[in-house]
Amino acid sequence: MSLHLAKGLAVAEIEPFNSKNKDLKKVEFTQVDQPGSVGMIGHIKGFWVTFSTIFKKPETVEYPEVKAPTAERFHGRHQLNRHPDGLEKCIGCELCAWACPADAIYVEGADNTDEHRMSPGERYGSVYQINYLRCVFCGLCIEACPTRALTMTNEYELADDTRAKLIFEKDDLLGPLRAGMLMPPHPMYPGMDESNYYRGEVTQAHPSQEIK
Amino acid sequence: MTTTEIVDTITVVIDGFEVSVPKGTLVIRAAEQLGIQIPRFCDHPLLEPVGACRQCLVEIEINGRAFPKPQASCTIPVEPGMIIKTQLTSDVADKAQKGVMELLLINHPLDCPVCDKGGECPLQNQAMSNGQEQSRFQGVKRTFEKPVSISSQVLLDRERCVLCARCTRFSEQIASDPFITLNERGALQQVGIYENAPFKSYFSGNTVQICPVGALTGTAYRFRARPFDLVSTPSACEHCASGCDMRTDVRRGKTLRRLAGDDASVNEEWNCDKGRWAFKYVTAIDRLKHPLVRNDAGVLVEASWPEALAVAAQGLKANVSAVLVGGRTTYEDAYGYSKFARIALNTNDIDFRSRLSSDEEREFLASHVVGSSTTYRDIDRADHVLLVGFEPEEESPIVFLRLNKQFRKRALKVTAIASKLSIGLEKLKGDFVKTAPGQEASAIARQVLTAQSIILVGERACESVGALSAVAALAGTTGAKIAWIPRRAGERGALEAGAIANLLPGARLVSDAAARVDIAALWGVDSLPSTQGRSSDEIIAAVHSGAIGALLVGGVDPLDGAQIPESLAALEKAFVVALEIAPSEVTMRADVVLPVAAITEKSGSFLNWEGRARSFEAAVLDSLNRSDLRILSMIAQEMGAAINFSTVTAAAREIATLGRWDGARASMTPVSTPQAPELAPDQFILNSWRRLLDLGTLQKGEENLAGTARQTVAVISPKRAQEMNVVDGDLLKISTAQGSVTLAALVEDIHDDAIWAPRNSRGSQLLVHLGVGHGAVVSVAKI
Repeated sequence: MSLHLAKGLAVAEIEPFNSKNKDLKKVEFTQVDQPGSVGMIGHIKGFWVTFSTIFKKPETVEYPEVKAPTAERFHGRHQLNRHPDGLEKCIGCELCAWACPADAIYVEGADNTDEHRMSPGERYGSVYQINYLRCVFCGLCIEACPTRALTMTNEYELADDTRAKLIFEKDDLLGPLRAGMLMPPHPMYPGMDESNYYRGEVTQAHPSQEIK
Repeated sequence: MTTTEIVDTITVVIDGFEVSVPKGTLVIRAAEQLGIQIPRFCDHPLLEPVGACRQCLVEIEINGRAFPKPQASCTIPVEPGMIIKTQLTSDVADKAQKGVMELLLINHPLDCPVCDKGGECPLQNQAMSNGQEQSRFQGVKRTFEKPVSISSQVLLDRERCVLCARCTRFSEQIASDPFITLNERGALQQVGIYENAPFKSYFSGNTVQICPVGALTGTAYRFRARPFDLVSTPSACEHCASGCDMRTDVRRGKTLRRLAGDDASVNEEWNCDKGRWAFKYVTAIDRLKHPLVRNDAGVLVEASWPEALAVAAQGLKANVSAVLVGGRTTYEDAYGYSKFARIALNTNDIDFRSRLSSDEEREFLASHVVGSSTTYRDIDRADHVLLVGFEPEEESPIVFLRLNKQFRKRALKVTAIASKLSIGLEKLKGDFVKTAPGQEASAIARQVLTAQSIILVGERACESVGALSAVAALAGTTGAKIAWIPRRAGERGALEAGAIANLLPGARLVSDAAARVDIAALWGVDSLPSTQGRSSDEIIAAVHSGAIGALLVGGVDPLDGAQIPESLAALEKAFVVALEIAPSEVTMRADVVLPVAAITEKSGSFLNWEGRARSFEAAVLDSLNRSDLRILSMIAQEMGAAINFSTVTAAAREIATLGRWDGARASMTPVSTPQAPELAPDQFILNSWRRLLDLGTLQKGEENLAGTARQTVAVISPKRAQEMNVVDGDLLKISTAQGSVTLAALVEDIHDDAIWAPRNSRGSQLLVHLGVGHGAVVSVAKI
């Protein structure tokens, strides 16, 4: 390996601008040719397309009464996922916010304690906001997420009547509690630590995790 | 050039480029001169080389003979004829560095997403720039329980540690607090604390800042933010007169952390824990949001700004008024108070010393301190440093670090005139000249100094009658330099701004007609009041006698001063206009309360003890709060006497036009020390100072910091302890006519006549409970 240093970069000779050499008043015009009349054959060709469409099956969907499914990997609203026992996957690391090109994500981290545990490990996201006025649905946040806490759903109905409603809070983004899940805060699965969670060794909540 | 330092230089070749550096320069630093960065973890320019991390390996040959293996460039000084090849030109060095990085990462957890250091981590960065893309390690990583708290404010994640020993070297070499060390060997080696000694160092925050991985983190900042969230503003520390350069990191209008800045001539790269962590007071205290005016029923009610200003102006105009301004204002604000007193109130009754003070001190400040410039550099060159009424570690920690640096480097001789041997003086192995409280003057007079010596005078020296006269006399006969080191950040600035009864701004004397004309011309007024004003204590007395009817009070805590009941009564009696950030003893008794901006919300500057300007910008930009200066300007306008400062910059510009003063200087009338009092067997003379971490207002809301405060004790000498049959831990009741405090006893090296207790710590608020701070006779009983 060797170190290459540019020695004395050549500076291009630039001619100084001199208005006396240029004819600044000169304006050029370009001739534009218009197409002529299409003629009878042309009209028949055009209307034949219209006529033949009458007999085709319509592509139109009666949205919003009828909703067509999106493409499988369509980038829709985000979701914050849970571990199979209900603990949140988000660790509040802010890498999604870091990756976001539109600065649409705001995260604040906080400490997990034994009395108040929201996720396995030391840290969880105490504040999580996505501003859908800014989001461009590029999915870089999903790629950045180290715990697969953030994924995208196919939901696309994200219109609303005020700006405030389009800033989604953590509650709006969290995935639902499915069978076998308990609502955090609750302790980790007995005998397991965060690495077991990341390896997928926790499959459902243990009865002892329930806080009475 | 006036100073020529002849330095031997050595020329070496690094990566094919020649560079000449002073003899003794390390290879890694010589490479920096060329802009070649060799990766490193343990290397730190202010710590002694150790070669612990092995990341900086390079190939070296001297006069044609190559070292057989790559060498750590952070431990090898340059030699003539050295040819060095770094990772840029040598495959061997590059491979060695990648190998070391791979080994360091074997046991390093993949914590980056949750680690506070993530995003500003030397390990992360250098693993990207000088590491391999893939790890070949297959196996089980060593794990430790995490985090372990090694003090209430520092947490340790042992598995993240790369054993660079920066923290342990800092604690030993810079702070002389060797409370942390490397334990065990091999893969189990780890940083640890001693079993019964927590990491109670005043400088522990620096270890968090210099940790090159996230092994040491601060409790207060843990998981609060990521580097890219933060908006950083260069700032100056508002806690003491050391004048540290700082960086304030703000997220969404809230200060989340402060770091030590890098200023080689002041704080180098260090600061103390108070400066680093005590910033929550701005949000923790219940801030004033609107002006308040006392209505006819005697209740403070919210008012509009025009109304409050009108009431304030009317009250100040209708009465003979005086100004009390605390020692925590910025230089520009103090200048505003000074100008306001002279122009709007036509008085010299202004005093920034909202603490124990004396007339002797005022003369000393005017004759020996204002305009003087003793600096940290002078400490570096001094042959002998004499401490009078000053405990550097507690009262100006960066001065302590500088003394400690010189002590370790060249065994600088330090002598302290004190009643009690302090922890700081023990670390400096200083001479302890044991004196009874109040009898310092005779001990000072006995000292032998030279023209290269420095006398560091604390603000407490004024509490001993005659001590400052003795200091002045000693400096006069020996030619030693004097430096006055107040405890608060704004006092030197307030002195230079003339916020005191006998001085106008810029070291001009009130008593000097030429000086008054000079300032009057600058301010565009016909004349300035010519009689010397009153001191804080005299102003309080004048309120009681009826000579003064109104007070303008800014940033003063009456509980810091002498005669607290009298001060509080005076605030009740007079018409008081208070400029404050939060409700206080003053605002409770004020007639008009005007909310002002906290330090983070305004720009300005402090003058540190050297007289060096430490300017700072507003860290929180969108605050609606105004600086004291702006509000004073508005009151003055309402009173029809314009002082014309719409911005801090305007005041700074006016201060800059003051220029040096070569007119008359003050002289000092010596004061003699009274006889030592006769003591009964149960009587002692009180000695006290404020600890760095105590109940100070600016430390509110920071419980983690308070957790490392030193223990509250009452110290007595072994002889007296034996007489009273007291052992360590026995409870002692110290009482005066005003009240008493009860503290656990500690038998230590202290003058037999003296008893020492912290002045403002939990359970020991001497000024509030005893009414005295230093030199007074107190009764002590064992209970």
